[in-house]
Amino acid sequence: MTFFTEENLELAHEIIGRYPKQRSAMIPLLHLAQEQSGWVTEEAMKQIGVLVGTSSAEVLGTCSFYEMFKRHEVGKYVVNICTTMSCALLGAEELLEHAETRLGIKAGSTTSDGLFTLEGAECQAACTEAPCLQVNYRHQYRVTPSDFDQLIDELADPNNEETPRHGVLAQIRQHIPVERSVGAVHPDLVNVPPVWIEEKKEANS
Amino acid sequence: MTELGIPIPHAPGFIANKTPRIVTSRFDYEDSFTIERYEETGGYQGLRTALSKTPEAVHGEVRDASLLGRGGAGFPAGVKWGFCPPGVWPRYLVVNGDESEPGTYKDRLLMELDPHQLIEGCLIACYAIGLSQCFLYVRGEMAVAQERIAQALNEAYAAGYIGKNILGTELSVDIVLHWGAGAYVVGEETALIESLEGNRGMPRLKPPYFPASIGLYGQPTIVNNVETLSNLPWILSNGSEAFKAIGTETSPGTRMVAVSGHVKRPGVYEIVNGTTTFRDLIYGETMCGGIRNDAALKAFVPGGGSAPWFTADQLDLPFEASQVGPEGSMLGSGAIMVMDETTDIPAAALTLTKFYAHESCGKCVPCREGGTWLEQIMRRVVNGSGTKRDLDLLIEVGETICPGDFPHASNKEKGLSAVPFPYKMTTICFVGPSAFAPVHSALTLFREEFEAKVAGNSDRNYVEVTINA
Repeated sequence: MTFFTEENLELAHEIIGRYPKQRSAMIPLLHLAQEQSGWVTEEAMKQIGVLVGTSSAEVLGTCSFYEMFKRHEVGKYVVNICTTMSCALLGAEELLEHAETRLGIKAGSTTSDGLFTLEGAECQAACTEAPCLQVNYRHQYRVTPSDFDQLIDELADPNNEETPRHGVLAQIRQHIPVERSVGAVHPDLVNVPPVWIEEKKEANS
Repeated sequence: MTELGIPIPHAPGFIANKTPRIVTSRFDYEDSFTIERYEETGGYQGLRTALSKTPEAVHGEVRDASLLGRGGAGFPAGVKWGFCPPGVWPRYLVVNGDESEPGTYKDRLLMELDPHQLIEGCLIACYAIGLSQCFLYVRGEMAVAQERIAQALNEAYAAGYIGKNILGTELSVDIVLHWGAGAYVVGEETALIESLEGNRGMPRLKPPYFPASIGLYGQPTIVNNVETLSNLPWILSNGSEAFKAIGTETSPGTRMVAVSGHVKRPGVYEIVNGTTTFRDLIYGETMCGGIRNDAALKAFVPGGGSAPWFTADQLDLPFEASQVGPEGSMLGSGAIMVMDETTDIPAAALTLTKFYAHESCGKCVPCREGGTWLEQIMRRVVNGSGTKRDLDLLIEVGETICPGDFPHASNKEKGLSAVPFPYKMTTICFVGPSAFAPVHSALTLFREEFEAKVAGNSDRNYVEVTINA
């Protein structure tokens, strides 16, 4: 039942507290779970259900909709090669083929050493820098086959610490200081305009 | 100052130009994303100006500026704000940072390079229409943008710009950073709200209720694009008159446009709205500098993957919705994808159709089934195993998603006259029609290429079935 570490559980409560309805924290908590274990486990979904006040089936429903949540183990580095139009016009298919040959796997699978998962992905908002790819959702621009080989060599080096392992997304988190926080209120508990609006109305009348 | 037409090293893809720079003014600085640089360069002055006025006056200023939404639909932001029903509280602001339309690359730059400008824009919007909480929804696959925004939010909270009693006034607003998790359809505003509520990101049927009246948690909700909000600090600091002095009356200000594909200098440009033409962008010396290898232009997508295609005949159209619409397409999210004469058109169209088929959320049958069939038929045509019958079948399937004449551009050579944008649709949102747009454009403008691919393949396995009632 207890999937989250003590530290992450504290973080989870902090995140839930930011939303007027706790269910909104579902996606952020799924990210947190994925950060903890590299993918989203059944135990994680069960505990998230308890935390946000819904069933684990509901959590699975949300989790399974989104591409980034992996419900099985993936490599330390997930390499997503963009294959949508702008990249396809400038050699994405050839790059993907090269990647498959270099890593010895088909797109959608993981190398036997558990280091790399290769995926053909959709538009990554770097269209002017085609062909592009992402390693754990961090961009590489205008990638040639030799750039790709070099990148794989760098990542395979066990001393490489530049790219965090899969699951770790942003390394800087938002923290709302308690003394500055306005606080989230359930919408049913509010039916008056915020003070700065109310004040002006009084001034007008 | 950066030389014209030269990419800025620390701003991937962005190319500085001599046009007025409203939202990209800080991109030249390597530390553009820090609060120190932001404050030094006039940051948070727009918020101060706003706070010295009444909320109604701030709303009026934005309405007067006729700032058009930069997300795709191009609806005036000030008018959208006015749709909140009076007397219903609380109201929320949701920032749409889920940029994922094929070809679109601008919001990520704004979030990575000038997050404080976006935050200031959010605060101005919250003040103007009484929004008590703001959710900043950033696309999941943008780890760097999430980090920059988190850092900026932490700095702005510490400096007293966000939270309780902002700058010592009554304004108290929390801004919450929310990460997406990879779903194109979530860029649609009602799907974005569903996602923010912790659900599968499927769009809600509208009308009757638009988010401004019933949105997040059933409350009035304003959903604005990142670029739209990033314009607000400048508008408040310089006034709506100065904003309207740039561009045209119906399309004022500037907008960010990404040009990708077969051009010499693909890049993101801030251009003057309404007057800049596609020719300026694609052939301009300080912009893309023409087609690679000086080849001929075959076709281009003018407004993101969903937009029907244009050819050289439409190059002189300006960035003005009222002129691009009647010509059969849309400006969308400011994404131009250029194809030169060497392009295999059916294969290029397939790269877009497979995108929309993959990204269909599955709520509406015509999109879920139709998109998949379009992709499968396109695949067999592209790999040479399609038949002539398939070309008609593509149109038949497309018509179940978009009944009636689909918009397309005019073409002198082929004697085609334009069918104006928009189309009719049998789906809730634009994902379904978007799967058909590239197929229809490619088939209408370059049918001979499709015919060449299916030439010689027999249709004999097809049996016409007629049902007698």
